[in-house]
Amino acid sequence: MNGAGRVLSGLAAIVYALILAPIVVVVALAFSADSFILFPPSGYSLRWFRQLAGHAPLLNALWLSVQIASVVTLLSLAVGVPAALALAKGRFAWRDALTNFFLAPLLLPTLIAGLALLLFFTPLRLTATLPGLVLGHMTVTVPFVIRMMTTAFQTLPDDIEAAAATLGAKPWRVVWRVTLPLVTPGLIACACLSFLLSFDETVISLFLSGPRAATLPVEMVRYVEGRTDPLIAALSVLLIVATLIVVVVVERLVGVARAVGK
Amino acid sequence: MTGSTRLNLLVLPAVLFLLAVYVWPTLGLFRNAFNEVGPTGAMVEAWSLKTGAEVFADGFTFELTLNSLWLSLTSTLIALVLSYPVSLFLFRTNSRFRGLLAVIAIMPMLISGVVRVFGWLAILGDRGLVNTLAQSLGLISTPMRLVFNWTGVTIGLAESIMPYMILALLAGFGQLDRTLEEASRSLGATPFRTFLRVTLPLSLPALALAAGLGFVLSMSAYITPKLLGGGRVFVLATEIFEQATTNTNWPVAAMLAIYTLGLLLLLLAISNIAARRLQR
Repeated sequence: MNGAGRVLSGLAAIVYALILAPIVVVVALAFSADSFILFPPSGYSLRWFRQLAGHAPLLNALWLSVQIASVVTLLSLAVGVPAALALAKGRFAWRDALTNFFLAPLLLPTLIAGLALLLFFTPLRLTATLPGLVLGHMTVTVPFVIRMMTTAFQTLPDDIEAAAATLGAKPWRVVWRVTLPLVTPGLIACACLSFLLSFDETVISLFLSGPRAATLPVEMVRYVEGRTDPLIAALSVLLIVATLIVVVVVERLVGVARAVGK
Repeated sequence: MTGSTRLNLLVLPAVLFLLAVYVWPTLGLFRNAFNEVGPTGAMVEAWSLKTGAEVFADGFTFELTLNSLWLSLTSTLIALVLSYPVSLFLFRTNSRFRGLLAVIAIMPMLISGVVRVFGWLAILGDRGLVNTLAQSLGLISTPMRLVFNWTGVTIGLAESIMPYMILALLAGFGQLDRTLEEASRSLGATPFRTFLRVTLPLSLPALALAAGLGFVLSMSAYITPKLLGGGRVFVLATEIFEQATTNTNWPVAAMLAIYTLGLLLLLLAISNIAARRLQR
């Protein structure tokens, strides 16, 4: 048999159109000249991009989200990469149990995690604060970093490190001069995805955001609940472009399917 | 070896972090479910089953459960039917664009959920793509209500879980033996008959696992039911959020969350058992 066959390819093409429809429609709507959601738009303009450039709540939320995602990414790598290194290279009895412990948070729905964090943070006065949101997002990104980097460390060929050790390099020197440079592509891909995970995190942020500290997705949810005009579409174009950049970088470095799958 | 012992210590920061910000809050969630709400609406520390009794005596909880299960079932089935051909296509194709096509299929899971929900508003809204098209073709005279009801939520949810199911199905197809299909074809079976009698039965375990995953994801989804439901769609997820934030009734929110988590674990166990049975 050769390839997918005509019937199957046709069916797949239809589904692809469905998958891409919401994204294509949002991009087209961003250039609408109408004051409400009308598709196809009756005319095209850049008015919603101009409107966005002057919309303080959304721009403030965007800036807050960029700050949070940057801090979350740095801290998650600092906590997660050493753990992944130990899991991949160390030899100890309770490694499997520990691996499961680190992966468990990825299985907990963010709805439950968000509620648990709200109850935990409120008496500590951490809700609607930058530290609170950072810690909340890290419950998602730290396990993600550990999972992705453990795989990255495990797939490294052992012989280069063994050679360095044989030539007299101390274990820490091997890690610093051989192991880490070898996983740099994985590390960059992992950083990009952690940033995106934090930047897009909606449910945990909704639980933890107050009127003072609202991240971009929270502000977008509030806007969509109140009004329906193409302003969010204009903002969405920026988010889609940013996501595409991350997707291209990750695909080039390690492969998207490998990074987000198990 | 001392170097190796010190290497093991590298897990400590991550362990401490997760103990403090994941394990401890989750235990706190369980603890909260046994607190009571006093007559003033303030929370009273207690070890009682009063909150639990109230939640489960309320007919609304039962209604929410049925709503959640029905919504998850319909959106999972739609997503399964749509994901299957894409996964099989990606598994079989020799196209040099295979890598790119796989990325496009799973890319939506990296795009913000709010963005995709907004896209569906533009497609399904009163003046959206579908209604404009149907009206200009003369199929309908007044717009169909496709959002801010169960229809919109089901469509949006099905779309949002598809990337995960496509990945799960692709992983499952890895075990499919191509020589069996070739044997069926060479013995004279039509492609359709080969699909029905060989390919489909062999992919049933993968389908069961993907269905379990889709079910769990759609039952715990909050953004899609909230925004595409427009306040008219009530499921367990929306009620948990409502109780926790608007009503600040933490014991009830915690009890509902634990109940939902229990349902999710049960559903996952069922799909895993089904997958194992079908494997034989």
